[in-house]
Amino acid sequence: MSDTDKKHEMNRRQFLGNMLKTACGVGLVGMGLGIYSNRASSLPAHYFRPPGALPEEDFLGACIRCGLCVRDCPYDMLFLGEVGDDVATGTPYFVARTGPCEMCEDIPCIAACPTNALDHGLTDIEESRMGLAVVVDQETCIAFHGLRCEVCFNVCPIRGRAITLNLQHNVRSGKHALFIPVVHSDACTGCGLCERACILEEAAIKVFPTDLAKGELGKHYRLGWKEKEKAGGALVTPDIEHKYNLPEGVRYDLQGEGLIIEEKPEETPFSSNPLDSLNSSFMDNK
Amino acid sequence: MKLTRRDFIKSNAVAAAASVAGVTLPAIKSATAADGDDGIRWDKAACRYCGTGCSVLMGVKDGKVVASQGDPDAPVNKGLNCIKGYFLPKILYGQDRVTQPMLRKTNGKYDKNGKFEAVSWDEAFKTMAEKWIAARKAKGAKGVGMFGSGQWTVWEGYAAAKLMKAGFRSNSLDPNARHCMASAVGAFMRAFRIDEPMGCYDDLEHADDFVLWGANMAEMHPILWSRLTDTRLTKKGCKVHVLSTYEHRCYELSDNSIIFEPQSDLAIANFIANYIIQTKAYNKDFIGKHVNFNKTTTDIGYGLRPSHPLQKAAKNPNKGKFNKIAFEEYAKLVSEYTVEKASKMSGVPKKNLIQLAKAYADPKRKVSSFWTMGMNQHTRGVWMNGLVYNIHLLMGKISEPGNSPFSLTGQPSACGTAREVGTFTHRLPADLVVKKDAHCKFAEKVWKLPAGTIPRHNGMSDKAAQSDISGKPMGKTLIHAVAMHRALKDRKMNCFWVMCNNNMQAAANMNEESLPGWRDPANFITVTDPYPTVSAQAADLVLPTSMWIEKEGAYGNAERRTQFWRQQVQGPGESRSDLWQLMEFAKYVKVEDVWPEDLIAKQPEYAGKTLYDVLYANGQVDKFPKQTVTDDRGNEYGNDEMDYFGYYVQKGLFEEYRLFNSVPGIPKKGHEMAEFEVYHKARGLRWPVIDGKETLWRFREGYDPHVEKGSEVQFYGAKDKKANIIFGPYEPAAEMPDKEYNLWLCTGRVLEHWHSGSMTRRVPELYRAVPDAVVFMSKKDAKKRKLRNGSMAKIVSRRGEIVCRVDTKGRNKVPNGLVFVPWFDAGRLVNKLTLDATDPLSKETDYKKCAVKISKA
Amino acid sequence: MVDLSTLGDDSIAAKGWIKAHKWLILRRLSQLGILALFLAGPVFGVWIVKGNLASSLTLDFLPLTDPHVLLQAVLSGVVPETTAIIGVALVLLFYFVVGGRVYCSWVCPVNMVTDLASWLRRMLGIRTTSQISRNSRYWMLALTLILPLVVSGGIIWELINPVSMMFRGIVFGMGATWVVILAVFLFDLLVTKEGWCGRLCPVGAFYNLIGSRSLLRVNASNRAECNDCMECFVVCPEPQVIRPALKGGSKGISPVILSSDCTNCGRCIDICAKDVFSYGGRSVSETIRSNPEVVKKQEVHI
Repeated sequence: MSDTDKKHEMNRRQFLGNMLKTACGVGLVGMGLGIYSNRASSLPAHYFRPPGALPEEDFLGACIRCGLCVRDCPYDMLFLGEVGDDVATGTPYFVARTGPCEMCEDIPCIAACPTNALDHGLTDIEESRMGLAVVVDQETCIAFHGLRCEVCFNVCPIRGRAITLNLQHNVRSGKHALFIPVVHSDACTGCGLCERACILEEAAIKVFPTDLAKGELGKHYRLGWKEKEKAGGALVTPDIEHKYNLPEGVRYDLQGEGLIIEEKPEETPFSSNPLDSLNSSFMDNK
Repeated sequence: MKLTRRDFIKSNAVAAAASVAGVTLPAIKSATAADGDDGIRWDKAACRYCGTGCSVLMGVKDGKVVASQGDPDAPVNKGLNCIKGYFLPKILYGQDRVTQPMLRKTNGKYDKNGKFEAVSWDEAFKTMAEKWIAARKAKGAKGVGMFGSGQWTVWEGYAAAKLMKAGFRSNSLDPNARHCMASAVGAFMRAFRIDEPMGCYDDLEHADDFVLWGANMAEMHPILWSRLTDTRLTKKGCKVHVLSTYEHRCYELSDNSIIFEPQSDLAIANFIANYIIQTKAYNKDFIGKHVNFNKTTTDIGYGLRPSHPLQKAAKNPNKGKFNKIAFEEYAKLVSEYTVEKASKMSGVPKKNLIQLAKAYADPKRKVSSFWTMGMNQHTRGVWMNGLVYNIHLLMGKISEPGNSPFSLTGQPSACGTAREVGTFTHRLPADLVVKKDAHCKFAEKVWKLPAGTIPRHNGMSDKAAQSDISGKPMGKTLIHAVAMHRALKDRKMNCFWVMCNNNMQAAANMNEESLPGWRDPANFITVTDPYPTVSAQAADLVLPTSMWIEKEGAYGNAERRTQFWRQQVQGPGESRSDLWQLMEFAKYVKVEDVWPEDLIAKQPEYAGKTLYDVLYANGQVDKFPKQTVTDDRGNEYGNDEMDYFGYYVQKGLFEEYRLFNSVPGIPKKGHEMAEFEVYHKARGLRWPVIDGKETLWRFREGYDPHVEKGSEVQFYGAKDKKANIIFGPYEPAAEMPDKEYNLWLCTGRVLEHWHSGSMTRRVPELYRAVPDAVVFMSKKDAKKRKLRNGSMAKIVSRRGEIVCRVDTKGRNKVPNGLVFVPWFDAGRLVNKLTLDATDPLSKETDYKKCAVKISKA
Repeated sequence: MVDLSTLGDDSIAAKGWIKAHKWLILRRLSQLGILALFLAGPVFGVWIVKGNLASSLTLDFLPLTDPHVLLQAVLSGVVPETTAIIGVALVLLFYFVVGGRVYCSWVCPVNMVTDLASWLRRMLGIRTTSQISRNSRYWMLALTLILPLVVSGGIIWELINPVSMMFRGIVFGMGATWVVILAVFLFDLLVTKEGWCGRLCPVGAFYNLIGSRSLLRVNASNRAECNDCMECFVVCPEPQVIRPALKGGSKGISPVILSSDCTNCGRCIDICAKDVFSYGGRSVSETIRSNPEVVKKQEVHI
């Protein structure tokens, strides 16, 4: 091997060695990044993406962190994750308690998004699903104690559908009603207006990511009355007409009130049929 | 560059953020670390807001309210509160409480166009007294005026009535209840000759049918609505009928939802009377024994300035006279209001009208009617109140559990103070009126004043003209709230004192009829308030007040319940209660300043004395010596007025007031109250209180001790002990939508804010819940104007314009052709738009009907 | 060896201070001006440009999108909106003309940080440097493009990209971004000369590739005047690009700096007392296209 060859050999070795080092270094960076990304891409439960955001994993791939949605939000409630935040750096989010989505009908944030990270297919803001509101604390929610609050119900933009009031008798006071807020997942967009408005020091109604908020009924079980309503009638042969042995003035309503005792008309010495009197003889009167 | 929408929103957002600053969102502390309640002193008080009269317990520690709770033993609310009541402690501690008297000054001297500077109380009252004495001399009895409040405590209203009517010898005193309950009062007086509801809140548990005539109880009387709802839920067959010009939250519970064209409630009520007569359902026995039939004078105008074309066009402007007629004539008058006609006029389907009529006409069903501003703020408000009484009287469904026509009040003491102690221009304490010479003389006797001191409505006493300090005859002396603003504008009144309300923000057509008079250099305006309200901004002298539980107080709610509280904390800085201000100011005016010589000559011992000496240090009010206020648990309470004046002022005033209603030989019975001390112990008592017993249902034998045995029912307010059914026809509203101004504007309130929002908007949580006023409009109307939910809209009437956000989805669903804007928002003053038309009889403004147009802002 | 204490003195003496810093000043104006345009909206409410370097909208109609970040997004499976595609095309076209690494020296805010580090290195005489190949950046670039394909969680590079972080930090809010910027600064100051921009930054590498055939080039047209003061080599962030153009005259190599590593920063033009360098077109090189060997040699990275 000549000197030049040796030199070449040395150079090649050095070159290969350097390359290997670089590759290893970059590979390590990559691994580190991969692991970091796992942590960084898990969105905390109280951070929410703007309306129309793709599922989180896809969103992180599609969002190029440009902040255009933030700029076009007329209510300035969107923010970009900063280094040190618990949300992927540069991605848009909002926090319901301090700045919920105001549900603009023209959805300017989606229009601003250049990459479909906010799905341009979403045109009706009421169809957006940013999360799901949950009445998390029935102990502190003053409605459960009978106080007249209902702020969450009043501010809900999907009025009468996303939050309804379940009226109940207040057993404690005996003469007041309870106005219990109930959230309906088929209509709630997770905008967070209710959470912001909640007048407690710590909100009793909070928006959660839908997968955290929702329960699921056993796959086998159906609610009978809802199935009947859906089908528009009984799923099996309708019941026969029932007949009962009953004293006079008493009816039985099988599907309704059950036993019904009819009020008797005030008593008089006369029959309700005038013929009864006409056909009887006053001579019989004693 | 896009600078329009977002920049507008941003400027608002900055303001919003500033106001909400200070709201912190603390992490939840563990329960074990919770601050102990040790050392908190609890005491009862009546809630500061509406006429429901919930009782609350306030917790004080180290001189500050640190806690609150609903009073579990209060019969009205059983420990419950609405969202406003939940935040009661915070209304005391807004960061911008006024703590010193503030006078507009330039170079150390009062200047109408100067900037507000802190001054001493002495300087404030000296400046004010100088202006007042001069105006009283130059312009007569109407030269000075005071606008008081249904939020005054009972003794504050009483002390104010004394100061104005007896001291200044001026009937220019009217309460904000003029804008609120005057129509109800008018109708009570016409139908029953005595004020205030015959029923009580227990009607809420006893009725089978509830009818809401222009009352959004769900938001405005939250705790009463809770009781009504409970009855609806738990009582078999209970039905709720809701009438309004738009769909509000009560419709969530409604079994019979009625949306009527504004003003057509007159037709609906007459139809129901007609239905009852046509179906022969009326209670013959009852009307025979207890009812007179009448018809009222028609075509009475709209309470506008006499120069207004609508006033000129009216045949009988402001005439309230009604004449007795026979039942048959009454039947004939209402017979015009067939279901077809009522349905056509109101736009309500016939079946809903008939369902409503049937509820009233069914003798087996107990019906309670409730109403508030929808019926009172109405250019035919007195008539309309009366038409509902007509229905109840026809059926005899009145004055018994569940059968109740019930006028609800919007203020905590609209009944207890504004109406009962005589703060209306035409009234004296306990339903007495200045129209009656005898009543005035009685009042003068009680008050130890020379006969003829109190100005009569026409300035005539004993058929002779009352002499006045001005040297001219007294002349006509009555002047109501709206007229006072007109008089200021016309420089007929030069001094005006607004206490305990936000007069400017609440004034209809404020730009044209209110602000000019207030800012006229010829006039001197004083506003007493805890906060720098819109009214304070427009004033010349702002006096800081110690509010609510910063003084000893009493309120009377809508069911005649009088509730007391002790002073629980000290007002901030140099603030002083309204009571202190009224009495202290009286020291700055001498009898000679305002009374003519011949009057003083009648009681020469008053010569040289101040109004304070004559009115308050009169041996009666100052009868009860200084004492320590304690409760039965041994806690001690302050009483700033007692400390300052040296006697138990509140007790003295209340006991003197009782000389009008609770001793033998008074002109009008039926208003009896218990002794002062009793109320400090009770969770409120419903008057008349006789022999320590409260009255639940008035005018009914067994329930009301004033009703003679064997008579069943006696409407003893009237001499013949009968009630009046008074026919009033439909007459159109003052201003209706036309081609240009093509929408009805209705104004009102929301649950979260109370009235002008001067208290509730300073509670960060309530502000956050409902920050700004919006205009509720139908989607169709919005679309027509290229608007949608959330866009900014410009609302224009013939009198002004405002800009606010459109709401097509919110709590109020308005029909096409009508919009609703709440008035709590000082940033969007809807009363720039409203018309100052009033009911010509009650002089109450119609805030519910005027015409506007709307376009994109 | 160049005497660092007198670096640039000759140029200032010959041309005056302003001229001796002409391109530096213009570059800073460009970098700060771009930031100012983006900040005018949030700070003063004058909305000229919205967004940031990843994607922006000027005067509500001109979209510009960073091709590197969009490519990563596409690799993670997204179908961009038309505006983004137009934005990328405009950006590509621009840098195709002016040179990809113009982005690095005229736009990128990190440049100011690394320039400061270089300057301090010279002032403080820090000579430590580790052996990181200038090719590493291409590995890094590859990494940024592979990660979206193999790791779930999207555009992973953007989690730590100091370039976009710094710009976004200034325009939208810093947070702890300064830590990342400080790291880059310290790395360049203490660990490796021109370490970030010259060796690791995949964004620079990407623009390097875009601009490899760009039209605007620095040209040692006056190379005959060179007095071998070597100051241009000291101030150049990619000094390896100068030698062929400056010293290749004898071998018939074009005076045009053809290496795409060149950032067109113009520091060599400023520092040269003899006005050897100037901006020019690529065309001069066409004359020697016939000698591909030369071209190839010039483009080899040293």
